[in-house]
Amino acid sequence: MSKAVSALQGASYQGYVTVEELGLRGMITLRGDLASAKLKSAVKVAAGVAVPKQRKVSLDGDVGVAWMSPDELLVMVPYEGVEGAIASIDKTLKGQHYLAVNVSDARAVFELRGDAAAEVIAKLCPVDMAPGQFGPGDFRRSRMAQVPAAFWMVDETTIRIVCFRSVADYVFKLLKDAAEPGGEVGHFG
Amino acid sequence: MSTRLASGGRLLNKGRALNFTFNGKRLNGFEGDTLASALLANDQMMVGRSFKYHRPRGVVASGAEEPNALFNMGEGETFEPNQRATTTELFDGLTCTSQNHWPSLEFDVGAINNKLFSRFLTAGFYYKMFIHPRPLWKHVYEPFIRQSAGLGKAPKDRDADKYEHFYAFTDVLVIGGGVAGLQAARAAGASGAKVMLIEQTAHWGGRAPVDGGTVDGAPVDKFVDEIVSELETMPNVTMRNRMMGAGVYDHGYVLGYERVNDHQPEVGGIRHRLWRIRATQIVTATGAIERPLSFAGNDLPGVMLAASIRDYAVNFGVSAGDRTVVVTNNDDAYRTAITLKNMGLDVPVILDARPDGGGDLALQARELGIRVENGKGIAKVKGGKRVEGVAICSQAGEGAVLEEIACDAVAMSGGWSPVVHLWSHCGGKLIWDEAQAHFRPDVDKAPTDATGEAFVIAAGSANGTLDLAGILTDADAAGKAAAKATGHTPKRKAAPKAEAEEANAMEATWLMPQGATIKLRMKSWLDFQNDVKVSDIQLAAREGFESVEHAKRYTTLGMATDQGKLSNINGLAILSDALNQPIPQTGTTTFRPPYTPISMASIAGEARGEIFQPIRRTPMQDWHEENGAFFEPVGAWRRAYTYQKPGESVENAVIREIDQTRDKLGLLDASTLGKIIVKGPDAGKFLDMLYTNMMSTLKPGRCRYGLMCTENGFLTDDGVVARIDEETFLCHTTTGGAETIHGHMEEWLQTEWWDWKVYTANVTEQYGQIAVVGPKARIALEKLTDDDISAEALAFMAFKDITLAGIPARAYRISFSGELSYEIAVAAGQARALWDALLEAGAEFGITPYGTEALHVMRAEKGFIMIGDETDGTVIPQDLNMQWAISKKKEDFLGKRAQERTFMADPNRWKLVGLDTLDGSVLPEGAYAVAEGNNANGQRNTQGRVTSTYYSPTLKRGIAMALVHNGPDRMGDVIDIPKVDGTVIKAKIVDPIFYDKDGEKQNV
Repeated sequence: MSKAVSALQGASYQGYVTVEELGLRGMITLRGDLASAKLKSAVKVAAGVAVPKQRKVSLDGDVGVAWMSPDELLVMVPYEGVEGAIASIDKTLKGQHYLAVNVSDARAVFELRGDAAAEVIAKLCPVDMAPGQFGPGDFRRSRMAQVPAAFWMVDETTIRIVCFRSVADYVFKLLKDAAEPGGEVGHFG
Repeated sequence: MSTRLASGGRLLNKGRALNFTFNGKRLNGFEGDTLASALLANDQMMVGRSFKYHRPRGVVASGAEEPNALFNMGEGETFEPNQRATTTELFDGLTCTSQNHWPSLEFDVGAINNKLFSRFLTAGFYYKMFIHPRPLWKHVYEPFIRQSAGLGKAPKDRDADKYEHFYAFTDVLVIGGGVAGLQAARAAGASGAKVMLIEQTAHWGGRAPVDGGTVDGAPVDKFVDEIVSELETMPNVTMRNRMMGAGVYDHGYVLGYERVNDHQPEVGGIRHRLWRIRATQIVTATGAIERPLSFAGNDLPGVMLAASIRDYAVNFGVSAGDRTVVVTNNDDAYRTAITLKNMGLDVPVILDARPDGGGDLALQARELGIRVENGKGIAKVKGGKRVEGVAICSQAGEGAVLEEIACDAVAMSGGWSPVVHLWSHCGGKLIWDEAQAHFRPDVDKAPTDATGEAFVIAAGSANGTLDLAGILTDADAAGKAAAKATGHTPKRKAAPKAEAEEANAMEATWLMPQGATIKLRMKSWLDFQNDVKVSDIQLAAREGFESVEHAKRYTTLGMATDQGKLSNINGLAILSDALNQPIPQTGTTTFRPPYTPISMASIAGEARGEIFQPIRRTPMQDWHEENGAFFEPVGAWRRAYTYQKPGESVENAVIREIDQTRDKLGLLDASTLGKIIVKGPDAGKFLDMLYTNMMSTLKPGRCRYGLMCTENGFLTDDGVVARIDEETFLCHTTTGGAETIHGHMEEWLQTEWWDWKVYTANVTEQYGQIAVVGPKARIALEKLTDDDISAEALAFMAFKDITLAGIPARAYRISFSGELSYEIAVAAGQARALWDALLEAGAEFGITPYGTEALHVMRAEKGFIMIGDETDGTVIPQDLNMQWAISKKKEDFLGKRAQERTFMADPNRWKLVGLDTLDGSVLPEGAYAVAEGNNANGQRNTQGRVTSTYYSPTLKRGIAMALVHNGPDRMGDVIDIPKVDGTVIKAKIVDPIFYDKDGEKQNV
C-alpha cells in the first residue's frame, strides 16, 4: 500500500515568521448534541480531552478537540488513529443521533512559528489577534483572505491553521506572502 | 519669487540634501521636505494647469486639501498619477511631471483656446454645447473632450509594489495626531481603555507648533513633545503616523490608510497597508481647513492660504515671496504676517475685510510696523503666470481700485471649516455656526451604532473649537467620554490649560468685494481644480439648479480629486446668496469616504498575482499540469478540458480521448464532484423532500440518480445518491454545486425542518475520485484487486468497498458516458498513487486520460443532461422529459407545487429533443430555431434553442440537444437554425439519445 501524502508534502518557508505544512493529521467531524453526557464521554474516550466551550479548543499535545459550531466538533488525533477513534465514537454513541466522519484527507494543516505569528494571521483574518484577546486555548473558524480557515495557538509564538486541502497551495502562498520580510507591522508590541 | 530662507525649517534635516526631478529638471531639497515645499524652495511656483481652462496653477495649501499641486509620480511600474505634492514626502531620486498641459507647462495650447472661447465654457457647458447634433457627440465632441480634459495619465505597467491589509481592534480610535488627538488619546488612555492613535502626516502635533501658544506655562511644541513621550510609554496606547483615517462605516468600522514606505521607496517591503479597524468609540480630531477668499484672480500662482504660507516658512524654511500681502476676514491670518515679518520678509499690507479689524494679533502686527487696512479687500490680483501685485478696494463697494500694491505672494484667509468628513461618513449631522461661519458637528446627532448609541465624538477644531485653550479642553472631554462609553473610568485629572488670547470675531466674507461686478465675479474662483467660478454658481442658480447636489453636478463644483475641500463652503454660500436663503437651508453635499483618494492596490491588498484568487487543486492536479492539460475553470477548480499531445490540436485531442474511451479504456479525474454525507433516522425522509424522486426506498449498497429542484420548481442540481447504510447516504452533486447544495441542505434543516434528526457533512475533498471507463475497465481493475468485481458481484448502479492497488477504495458502478464504468473513491492522500497505478495497469489496453470536453461529448451522445447546459434556472425536469425521475407516490418534495402551476404544466413549454443537422455540420452554441413571422417588437419569432452542441467522433457528425416547442411530438420535422453569418442550418428533430439507446454497453 502506498503511503498517503498531504497536499504540499511538508512545504515550508522561512520569513519573519516560519510557515510549514505539517503533513496529514487525523481529523473527525463530529456532529451531535454537545451537551449530552454520552457525547462528552465519546470525546473523552476518543481524544482524552473534554468537550471545549464555544470558540475554544481542548488540547493534549497533538491530540485535541475544537469547537466548530453549536452542534459540531473537530476531533484531532494521529492520522493512523482515525479509524480507531471513529470506531470508539461509534461504540460509545450507538443508538444516539450523531455523525462522525473522517475528514483527515479533506484538510491541510499549517504551522506558523515566530514572535510575530499572530501578526501574520491578523493580515489575513478578521480576528482580534492581540495578546490577551487570542491565546492558547482559543479557537477561531474564520475567513483567511478568500477561503475558510480555522486556527488555534499551540503557544504564544506557534499557531496552527486548518484549511481545505484543495486550497492548500493558495493558503501556503498567502502565508508566505504575509510572512515575507519587510512586512513587519509591530502592532502587537 | 519663492525661495529657501536661511533660517526656519523645523522639519528639515539640512544635513541631508535630496535630488529629485521635475519635468526633467534636476532639483534639490532636504530630508523632511514635502514635494511641494521643495518645489517652492526652487521657485517652481507654477505646478500645473486647471482642468477646463488650462489656467496656470500654483500650490495653494500645505496639506490634504491641496487642489492644484498634483503630479504624475514615478515611471514605469511605479508610475502613479494625481499624487498630491503637499502630502508627498520628498525622497532621493523622486521623479515627477506636471499634468494637464500640452505641449508644455509654460506654453499650453488649451490656455489659448481658453482665451478665445472661455465665454462658451460656462456652467453646464457640456450639456449645452454638445447635445446637438447627436452624432457629433460620439465622433467629435467626446474624443475632443477626452483629449483636453483629464488630469494624470493612466498607468500602463503592472504595479511593482506590495500591499496588504491588517485587522485591528480597539476600544477607542483617535483619528488625528494634532494637539486635540494627542490630548484625547491621553485622556482616554489614562482610563485603561485600549487606544489607537493615528495621524496622516509623519509628525505629531498638527499645526500647533506653527501657530504657537503656551500650554501649562510652556511653549506648545514642548507640550507636544511631552505628551508624545508619555503616550509612547503607555502600554494600552498604540500610535501610528503616516496613516490616514480614510472612512468611518457602520458598527465602528474604520479604514486606515497607512503609507508605509512612500517616503523611502528604496526600502522595499510593503508600500501601503490598509487597516481594517473595529473601534468601540471613535474620536475624530481631524482639525480644520482654511477657506480661500473669492476675489478676482485668486487662482493665480502665488495666491495661497495664509496658514499654508506660514507652514512653509516655519516648517520648511520656504518663503512664497519676498513681499506678501495678507488678506483676511479673521484674526488667525495675522499670524502669517507676524511670522513673515519676524523672519525678515516684507508684508506691505494686511487687508482686513472687517470694518473694525482684528484683536490682540492685529495690535501685535501694527507694533511690528505692518500697515493694516480695515474694511478693505482685493479688487483683483495683477499678473499672468504669477502674482505681480494687488489692486485694493473697499470691501463694501463694487471694486473701484483705491490703490495698487506690488507683491509676489498673497496670503488669504476666509476663515476655517472643521474637517467633518469622518464625522459625517456614517450619518453624523452638522449644524451651521453663524459666529464662525462654518458647519460643525451637531453633538446631539452623532453617528449611532446598533444600539442607538453615539460611536463618534468630534474633538478640537474638528468640533468647531478653533482656539488652543478651547481645543485642549474639548479634546480632553472627548477622550474621557470615549473611554467612559467603552466601560472604562476616566481619571479626574483636569485638561491642560492654554493661555487664551483676545481675538475679534471673524466676519463671513463670501465675495470680495461684496458687490463685485460680473467681470470680477467671472475671475473669482471657487474650485481651482475644476475651474468653477462665482459666476458659474450664480448662473446655475438662475437656471434652476437650486439643490446643492444639482448645482454641484451642473457646475462640477467639488467634483475634482480634492472633492471640494476648499471650495464647497464658499460655493454653497454663493448659491445660498443667489437663492436668497440662509446657508443651513442650502445644506452641504454628502461627505463620502475615502477622505482623500487611497490607492486601488491597497484595497486589493494581497489579492494579486498568484494569490489573486484561490484556485482549487485536486490530488491529481500536478499530473494534469505535467501532461499537457488544457484547463477550463469549473467553479474555483481548474479541470483538464483535454490533454494535448505535442503538436496536437485541442479538437483532435478531444476526438482521440473519446475514441480511445469508447473503444478501450479512459480515465477521468472526477474528484471535484460534490460529496455530501447525510445521516440520521430522518435522512431518507429528508432526501425524499430534496430530490424529485424517491430516495428512502434505496437499498444499502445501491445507487440512484436523482434530481434536485428549488422550491420554485426549477432544476438546480443532479447526481447519484448512494445508500451507505440504513441511516447514511452519500449524495454526489455537480462540481459547482457542492458548497451551495450543502448550504441548501443546512438551510432547510436549520430553518424549516429543525426537528428532523439529520446531520450533513461536506466530504467532497476527503476523496480523490477517478472514473475508469470503457470496455476494458473491468479487466484493468481486476489486475489491481483480489476482490470480486464481476457483473454479478458489483452490478450496474451498485457500489462495493474493495482494495485496489493496496488502497482501500469504494467502487461505484455508475456511468455518465454510456460505457462500462467504475467511479473509484479513495482517500485524497492516496488518489495520486491510485491514478499512477491505474495508468500503469491500463497501459496494455491503451488507457487514455480524458478531460471535461470528452466527458461532455460522451454524455451528450447518450442524451444525458448537464446542469448549466440543458438547465439555466428556468428549466423544470418536465421540460427535459424526465417525468421518470419525478415520484408520483410522494406527497411532497421541494418544487412539487411550483411544477403544478399552470404555466409550468403548460404543454406549450419548449421540451428537450435531439437535433441532427442535415449536412452533418455542428450547430453554433446557444443558437435559436426560428419560426414564422415576427413578434410585436419586429423581431423574428423563435421556436426553440440549442442547449448542447458538439461534434460526435462516435457518430462522425454534429449532434445537438435543444429545447423546442412541441419538440417530442415533432420527430422527423426539419427546423431552421440561422447562424450569425446569415446562412441557415437545417436540422431534423430526433430522439436525444444518439448512442446505445438501450444501455447495453454500460450494463455488462
